Amino acid sequence: MFFGKGHSACYGCPLPIAVRNVLEALDGRCFVVNPTGCLEVTSSQYGRSAWGVPYIHSTFENAPSVASGISYALEVLGRENEGYVVVFAGDGATADIGVGYLSSMLHRNDNVLYICLDNEAYQNTGNQQSSQTFLGASTTTTPAGRVIPGKTLRRKDMIAFALAHGTPYVATSSIAFPRDLRRKAKRAVEFVGSKYIHVHCPCPTGWHFDPSKTVEVARLAYETALFPIVEFEYGRLVRVKKIKRRKPVEEYLKVQGRFRHLFKHPEGGRIISELQRIANENAMRFGLD
Amino acid sequence: MRKVVRGFYAVAYSVKLCKPNVICAYPITPQTEISENLAEMYANGELENCKYITAESEFEAASILVGASATGARTFTATCSQGLILMSEVLINAAGMRLPIVIVNTNRALSAPLSIWNDLQDSMLLRDSGIIQIYVEDNQEVHEMIPQAYKIAESTMFPTMICMDGFKLTHAYEPIDLLDQETVDGFLPPYEPPIKLSIDEPLTFGAYAPPHCYMEFRYKMHKDMLNAKNKIEDVFKEWGEIRRDWGGLIEFKEGKTVLVSLGSLVGTMKEVAKEMGLGYLKVRTYRPFPYDEIREALKDCDNVVVFDRAVSFGYEGVLTIDIRNALYGESPNVYSFIVGLGGRDVPKEVMEDCVSKVLSGRAERYRFEGLKDFEEVTY
Repeated sequence: MFFGKGHSACYGCPLPIAVRNVLEALDGRCFVVNPTGCLEVTSSQYGRSAWGVPYIHSTFENAPSVASGISYALEVLGRENEGYVVVFAGDGATADIGVGYLSSMLHRNDNVLYICLDNEAYQNTGNQQSSQTFLGASTTTTPAGRVIPGKTLRRKDMIAFALAHGTPYVATSSIAFPRDLRRKAKRAVEFVGSKYIHVHCPCPTGWHFDPSKTVEVARLAYETALFPIVEFEYGRLVRVKKIKRRKPVEEYLKVQGRFRHLFKHPEGGRIISELQRIANENAMRFGLD
Repeated sequence: MRKVVRGFYAVAYSVKLCKPNVICAYPITPQTEISENLAEMYANGELENCKYITAESEFEAASILVGASATGARTFTATCSQGLILMSEVLINAAGMRLPIVIVNTNRALSAPLSIWNDLQDSMLLRDSGIIQIYVEDNQEVHEMIPQAYKIAESTMFPTMICMDGFKLTHAYEPIDLLDQETVDGFLPPYEPPIKLSIDEPLTFGAYAPPHCYMEFRYKMHKDMLNAKNKIEDVFKEWGEIRRDWGGLIEFKEGKTVLVSLGSLVGTMKEVAKEMGLGYLKVRTYRPFPYDEIREALKDCDNVVVFDRAVSFGYEGVLTIDIRNALYGESPNVYSFIVGLGGRDVPKEVMEDCVSKVLSGRAERYRFEGLKDFEEVTY
C-alpha cells in the first residue's frame, strides 16, 4: 500500500483521497515531499508512518526546495528514472509561507510535480485563514463578528501564479473527481520540468459540515463555478470540466457552517453577490457553462 | 603546488577536490566569491557529477541541500551572518535529520546596526543547534579542513560547519600549498549514506515525534555529538599522518597565564604569547566542546585570558562562558575581553594591554576592550 496504513486524519478528511489517487496513478514511484500541516501530522508519526513510498518532511515553508534538491540529486547520481518527485502541500504552505520557494522552484522549472491540497485554511492548527480562504468565510482569525462578516479579501490566484512562471503543466482538480485527478497526475509527469496541480479538498472539521458530505461539498464548489476545474499545457488552456447546469453560489454556501452568518449578517448579502460575481467571472474566463 | 591565492579560492578549490554532487548558495558578503569561484569551475566543466544551483535565498539553498543530502548526494554551501541565521531553521532541521551537509561560514557580524565586517556572533548563535563547528586560523588550515570536514560530517552524520573569519581570511592573499586530487581521493572515499530516500527501500524522513519518543531522539543526538569528539580526533590524526599535523580539538602551549581564542585572532594571540612568555590555547572544535581537554590544559595555570568576539547580551563573552564552565571548581582566574566586534581591528597592542591589565590586577571579570568615547543615549 502506498498510503493509508495508520494515518490519523479526521473522519471525512479529503486528503487521503487525493494522496491515494495520485500515488496509485503513478504506481507508487514517487519521492514524496510534504511540508508541515494536516497531512504531515496525521501520516508521519515516528513508528507508525502511513507512507509506503520514500517520504521527507523538513519544515513548513521549504517543500518546493527540498523537492528541487531531491530531483538534482537523482539526476546527478544517475537515478532519475527511479521515480517522480512529488510534493503534497497544504494551501498555507503553498500560497502563504512557502510561496517564495514555490516561485523559485517554478522559475528554475525543476522536475517536480507539485500538488497543492487546498482546504482553504490552516486546518492543522485549527482553521486560521490563509490566502486561499474564500471571501466571507468565518475562520478563527477572520471570525464573523458584529461588524466584520468573516474574511474580507479575495483568494490569491495560484493558477495565474503558476502560469506566470511559464510552468509547462498547470491544472486544477477536486477530490470529487478522482478519475480527473488520476488522469492529471499521469498527464503531468509526461512533462519535463515543473508541474502544478491545485486540488480542492473540503475540510469537514474546519468548514463545519457533516463528514459524510466531503465529496458532495467538493462537487458543489465545482457546480457553482467557485472552484473551476481547468488544465493548461505550456500556458494554453487545453481543457475545462464544463458545468451542465450551473448552480447559484448559495447552494454551496448554505451547506457549510463557515458561511452560515452570511445569510443573516447585514453585510452578508453584499458578500454573497460578490461571490456570485466571482463565480460568473470564473465561468466566463474559462468557458465553464 | 604552492600558489598565492585568496581565501575564497583556497576554499573553492578544496571543495572541488572533495567532489560534491550538489552545491547551492546565495550571495552574501564576504562569502560571495567562494560561490563565484565554484560557479566558474562549474561553467568550465571542472566539477564532475555535480549540479551547481543558484538559490533565491540562503534559506532555499539550505533546503535544497536537505533534499539532495537525504537522497544520498554530497553537498556544499557557504554563507555567513544574516544568511546563516536565515538558514538556521533548515540547518537545525538538517541536524535533527542527521544530514552531513558541509557549510563554510565566513564569519560576519549580525545586524543591527548593519555591518559586513567580521566577528563571531553569527556562528556562535548556532552553538546549540547540533551542528559541528570548527574554527580555522588561516587559509592553509581552511584549505586542508574541507576534506576533513566531509569525513567528519559523513562519519558522524552531523552537518559540519567550518568557520573562517570574513575579510581577514576570505579576502587575504596567502601562499597556499594546494592539495592534489590524489591526496584527497585517498583520504575521502565517495559518500555512501547509511540510509537514503529510495523507491526500493521507502523510509520516512523527518517524522513527527510526540512526547513519548521525542526526547530519545534528542538524547541520541547529544550522545553522538559527544562521541563525535573521538571521531574528529581520529580524522585530525589521519590527516596529520598523510599531510600535516594541525593538532587535536585544541592546540595548547603551557604558561602561568594562558591566552585563549579561536579563528584568525589566534595568529596575533600566538605572537603576543611568544613575546610576553605566556601560554596560549586555540580552540579548534567549538561544538562538540572539548571540555575535558580544556579543563586539563588550563586547570593549573594562574590566569586565563579569553579574547571573545561574540557577546551573550546580558551575560558576557560567549566563549568565556564555556571556558568558565569547563574550569568550574578549579582555581584559575578567568578574564574575558570582548574585542573586534563588527570588524574593529585587534592589533597586538590591544592584546598586550589586556594582558598587562590582568598581570597588574586591574582586569575585571569581563570588559569590552578597544571602545572609543561616545555619547550614550539613555532609555
